[in-house]
Amino acid sequence: MKVIVCVKQTFDTEAKIELKDGKISDAGINLIINPYDEVAVEGAIQLKEKGVATEIVVITAGSDKGMDAIRTALAMGADRGILVKQDTGADEYARAVALAAAIKAENPELVLAGHVAADDGSSQVPTRIAEILGFPHVNVITNIDIAGGKATCTTEADGGTAVIEVAIPAVVSSQVSWNEPRYPSMKGIMQAKKKPVATVDAVAVDNKIKIVEVSLPAAKTAGIKIEDDADVCATKLADWMKNTVKVEVK
Amino acid sequence: MAGTWVFVEQKDGNIRKVTFEMLSELKKGGDEVSAVVFGKGVEGLAPELAKFGADKVYVADDAIFASYNTGAFVAQMAAMIKEFSPNALLFAHSFNGRDMASRLAQKLDAGLATDAVAADISAGKGIFTRSIYAGKALAKVEVTGSPVLATIRPGVWEVGSTAGAGAVVKAAVAATAGDVYQVEKSFAATVSARPDLAEAAVVVSGGRGCKGPDGIKLVEQLADLLGAAVGGSRASIDSGWLGHELQVGQTGKVVLPNLYVACGISGAIQHLAGMSSSKFIAAINTDTEAPIFNVSDFGVVSDLFKVIPILVSELKK
Ligand SMILES: Cc1cc2nc3c(=O)[nH]c(=O)nc-3n(C[C@H](O)[C@H](O)[C@H](O)COP(=O)(O)OP(=O)(O)OC[C@H]3O[C@@H](n4cnc5c(N)ncnc54)[C@H](O)[C@@H]3O)c2cc1C
Repeated sequence: MKVIVCVKQTFDTEAKIELKDGKISDAGINLIINPYDEVAVEGAIQLKEKGVATEIVVITAGSDKGMDAIRTALAMGADRGILVKQDTGADEYARAVALAAAIKAENPELVLAGHVAADDGSSQVPTRIAEILGFPHVNVITNIDIAGGKATCTTEADGGTAVIEVAIPAVVSSQVSWNEPRYPSMKGIMQAKKKPVATVDAVAVDNKIKIVEVSLPAAKTAGIKIEDDADVCATKLADWMKNTVKVEVK
Repeated sequence: MAGTWVFVEQKDGNIRKVTFEMLSELKKGGDEVSAVVFGKGVEGLAPELAKFGADKVYVADDAIFASYNTGAFVAQMAAMIKEFSPNALLFAHSFNGRDMASRLAQKLDAGLATDAVAADISAGKGIFTRSIYAGKALAKVEVTGSPVLATIRPGVWEVGSTAGAGAVVKAAVAATAGDVYQVEKSFAATVSARPDLAEAAVVVSGGRGCKGPDGIKLVEQLADLLGAAVGGSRASIDSGWLGHELQVGQTGKVVLPNLYVACGISGAIQHLAGMSSSKFIAAINTDTEAPIFNVSDFGVVSDLFKVIPILVSELKK
């Protein structure tokens, strides 16, 4: 079974966000593979170790910087990569169209992706890819079993845990609690350098979203801080809860 | 043009609060506001939706909609959009809402603003404020084309009391069995007598500073006194003291309560991403340098094992 994993290079989650010329500045920012995608890569590798997956292809759309995300995934154990060269200003629609076209050419049986990216927080691209390809999609999965042409996925649904079954080929998006991604070994990093990465141009489509303005939220100012004996702290906190917050006590 | 639609999030006839939030907020504007509900035997929900502002209630009633499934719901919605041409359609930014909205958007070749925290919809135009980089920045985006689609973060708007007429419009069932692609094999509801984390007015969270189940018990005791939901940091979830569905933060839930109480939580940037927009924040932490104090309205530098029991008895007074 051929598995495709969609990955994206994102800011480190610790990164401090600053604006330059009305845009988010990437100066001095450490870039990482989107943590949700990293879990998808690990999930694919585990499927290969179980003998379910035979080949793992990682794909990203965007600038050359995405190559690092591909190399990370290859170092973890993916087999080859595809970089879909696309303007960095592409929206979720344009990204999905570009990725879906490249994925279609690969004819995979399973497409994995993180359910959301840590930067834009959109959670749209995997679902859109599924719609374009006419595949089922299961969102926010924490486990997967493949057998008899079906994918059985455990998902974090609203209000509980659901087990959802779909026919493959399918798109499946991962939640971080699925697994603990491995660190690439030295050997893996060396091997990754020799693994093939193809570069293709994105299908040209217009965005459907226009960015009007990017801003930083008003900084929250620290309030009252009490350093005293526990009983004084507790009494003052109780007063604040009752009088300022006006909590209801059951 | 048929005004703005709100897709109704409901399970077994219980409507989620976020639906009322969206209806109430839209009702403040001048456009017609409609609720769209899919299900089996759901027409009876119309008066409740009218109460919070729905002028019209579009109902698609059929066994195929008995429980949520993306394929059939998207097919139905696409057909109704074609028939009634709404200007804009809002979903909750929830598990089902974002799944359905994204798939629908692609089917319609349309743009979609997800996880919006503010909206300006008028005359067929929609501009939304989205929280990006886990709340560290805000992007104002315009969804071009029609209809304008967005998912709205639960809790950003208040439930109002302006009613609409609630006229029921029965929609023809357009989804067929062939549209259904997912089979729900089982569903294990999170059994909790406490309110839902994403919708609670008060959230009390415990972190690594709780040191184990005994500390978490104190957190729960305080939560129950305040009718609050219980949450946790990744440290307390990874330690197995709380269920994974209770994680607050970048990779957990984003909460917007009136009051958030952080007990033994340092305030890592990924945790702040999930709670820093709360109206009031209180923190109990032994470390005066803990970053949680940079965002808290009321902080006490003290041992939670000593503070919480006294706090509980003071609140009971
Ligand atoms: C990609 C990524 C995603 C992440 N996503 C999340 C997320 O969604 N949510 C999340 O929470 N974390 C997340 N994290 C983890 C985050 O970085 C922190 O490690 C985590 O939030 C720490 O949890 P904590 O505050 O409970 O523990 P700690 O940082 O260890 O803090 C414990 C605190 O308890 C205090 N304390 C100790 N004893 C007492 C006592 N007796 N009374 C009072 N206070 C006491 C200490 O002073 C300390 O401040 C993520 C990390 C990464 C890299």
